[in-house]
Amino acid sequence: MVARTEVEHVRTDPGLPPVAVVERGPLPASRRAVLTVVAVVGAVAWSILALVRGEQVNAVWFVFAAVCTYVIAYRFYARLVESKIVRPRDDRATPAERYDNAKDFMPTDRRVLFGHHFAAIAGAGPLVGPVLAAQMGYLPGTVWIIVGCVLGGAVQDYLVLTLSVRRRGRSLGQMARDELGRFGGVAALVAVFVIMIILIAVLALVVVNALAASPWGVFSIAMTIPIALFMGAYLRFLRPGRVSEVTIIGVALLLLAIVAGGWVAETDWGQDWFSLSPVALAWWLAAYGFAASVLPVWLLLAPRDYLSTFMKVGTIVLLAVGILVARPEVQAPAVSSFALRGDGPVFAGALFPFLFITIACGALSGFHSLIASGTTPKLLEKESQAKPIGYGGMLTESFVAIMALVTAVVIDQHLYFVMNAPAGATGGTPETAAAYVNGLGLGGTPITAGEIESAAQSVGEESIVSRTGGAPTLAFGMSQVLSTVLGGSGLAAFWYHFAIMFEALFILTTVDAGTRVARFMLSDSLGNVGGPLRRFRDPSWRVGAWVCSVVVVGAWGAILLMGVTDPLGGINTLFPLFGIANQLLAAIALTVVTVVVVKKRLYRWVWIPAVPLVWDLAVTMTASYQKVFSAEPRIGYWAQHRAFQDARAAGDTSFGVATSPAEIDAVIRNTAVQGTLSIIFAVLVIVVVLVGAVVVVRSVRAGGMPTTEEPDEPSRIFAPRGMVPTAAEREVEELWDAHARAASGTGTRS
Amino acid sequence: MTGRGATVGVRAVARAVTRVARGVHWYTTSLLGDRDYDRYVAHLARVHPDVVPPSAAQYWRIRHAEADTHPGARCC
Repeated sequence: MVARTEVEHVRTDPGLPPVAVVERGPLPASRRAVLTVVAVVGAVAWSILALVRGEQVNAVWFVFAAVCTYVIAYRFYARLVESKIVRPRDDRATPAERYDNAKDFMPTDRRVLFGHHFAAIAGAGPLVGPVLAAQMGYLPGTVWIIVGCVLGGAVQDYLVLTLSVRRRGRSLGQMARDELGRFGGVAALVAVFVIMIILIAVLALVVVNALAASPWGVFSIAMTIPIALFMGAYLRFLRPGRVSEVTIIGVALLLLAIVAGGWVAETDWGQDWFSLSPVALAWWLAAYGFAASVLPVWLLLAPRDYLSTFMKVGTIVLLAVGILVARPEVQAPAVSSFALRGDGPVFAGALFPFLFITIACGALSGFHSLIASGTTPKLLEKESQAKPIGYGGMLTESFVAIMALVTAVVIDQHLYFVMNAPAGATGGTPETAAAYVNGLGLGGTPITAGEIESAAQSVGEESIVSRTGGAPTLAFGMSQVLSTVLGGSGLAAFWYHFAIMFEALFILTTVDAGTRVARFMLSDSLGNVGGPLRRFRDPSWRVGAWVCSVVVVGAWGAILLMGVTDPLGGINTLFPLFGIANQLLAAIALTVVTVVVVKKRLYRWVWIPAVPLVWDLAVTMTASYQKVFSAEPRIGYWAQHRAFQDARAAGDTSFGVATSPAEIDAVIRNTAVQGTLSIIFAVLVIVVVLVGAVVVVRSVRAGGMPTTEEPDEPSRIFAPRGMVPTAAEREVEELWDAHARAASGTGTRS
Repeated sequence: MTGRGATVGVRAVARAVTRVARGVHWYTTSLLGDRDYDRYVAHLARVHPDVVPPSAAQYWRIRHAEADTHPGARCC
């Protein structure tokens, strides 16, 4: 008996070809065979990662385990979410079709929109977190990146996107207010704002750590600003609209800037001008953020965004190909002793919850909910395309995170800790760093000071000791992978600076766009207060723009300065705050989703958003609790605060890693700020979740509640559901082509 | 016979290369925005046929002026 696929054509207008194709029926045998093979290969890859001991694992198995899991999850779990919760109807017009103005609302080809969405969600986050988490070994990070994405991150992105698509592309803050009421909405809005500030500050700290005392890196990054200005002027005055032309010129100039950085770093004047201290770099970054916020978009932001999009897609493909061709052996253990004891130098705390905090982007990233309720829903052609774009986009980011993890675990483990332990531990020189790292009990051959120096020289840097923040480690690993594929050791320094450059480029794109978004959030909120503040609503009021930009840049700039001067190391104290903040945002997004699912009385399937929500709350609340209340100074901000206060009260002039009374004061101040921020974040999210719980109870008692979905409007366009159209969809596409030809007489479909 | 087979093979490869190159060009220009202006003109012709479309330079000035006040977030 051969089961046939049933094809149903849905029409909204008798004069038009079908606007949707519904296909039902069992999987064809060929498809089933492919999925079976994928499942078997995935199971083998997972077994190798989980069970092989004493032998080195090849990096290729990470790629297999990840990709096979993604395929199975997309085919089965995403489909379940789609059919039980989303229930897309392609005969309904999306906001893009309904409000089409060929500007912010316009139906966009799904493949192009996938690129837009991916470029907007993926940045430095999925590259940095996994590198830091590698101190716990490769296995915990791999499991979390893949499973967390499939059951958590991708579900969040997908469901927030579908919510927004049914609500005219409304933002997360607006949807929170609509679905949770005014109080919950305001709490959510404040939470989004403060979370954004901390995210920008920590990302900026990563850039500072990557560029400090590196004339080569500073020169290359500095050059991106004149390159962007040139591109902006070119597009405005010389050849408007020739975006890809100017982007290719820009990328060529960018590569030239990387090469030229090597020459400049050799000269005396280059060393003088471009060797910047961390504090100087922090001030430059703040100045840049301010300029980007008040200058017109065409001059700086838009061209940088073109470069960033182009480089993002390009480098990630390059890295994937590099790993597949080089097939490096993994150096890290599956689970390190730091994972079991929770005393690693890169970040403190036990595996639960701190591994899940350190890797936010790539597994579950709340920031994505701002993108999925921002531009993407206004460009979606068909409701069912939310699955490849929302769920599929996140799977792709998860894959980027896996590659970053691979890059960190193929580095010599001694070198990994030389680069990632804070300067207070390594002492900052190759000799002290070698002594420190050899005392960590990593096993294998001990490292010598000479090996550390030659590793630094191989990538054209003065020193690689305590280059924390993840970016230098990733760049080092990438240069190791790519130079075995292309160019050999002669090009290692180029690849290192290439990697530093693109990470800094991504981060600066987040910093400048984020500063601008936060500035508008602030001015809108001030304007809504009313009275004389109403004037802040007018975006063309320059004074308002400047005031809000100063406030926003001042807020993240202060945290950044605090991080770069922190005697405790900065990254290891601030990065947990970054992860907690990002995942608390996810808690807000998942709360909104869960409330809507309950309001629509889909009780049987409420676990789909509730499972990641409960897990996320368990992780973030445990982490916040420990950060606030832990008596262990390495983990608890306030315990550290009290320890240093006691030292000052006892009249000590040095304590722990602080070597002067000023440093003791700095630790006391920084821990107070960090501890206070932890409390604010947690309280805001608890408020939002409690309000959500109240709405859920009310809705269940009332037997369901109305949501703010827009009424249906029939669609009058057609587009396939997935990236590759099915045979039935191709036939319908041909009907539309014929229809368009008949209507215009001559025109063909572009 | 083999010579002819080779020519056919070369032609097939050339066709495939052209197709891929066209695809890459279409994708890059669509992603970065080269086609946005033409789309806008087509949109105006369809929806507001009486409106005279702006020039490409004017269109991009309007687009960027709107982007000035409607910033889009970029994720970490």
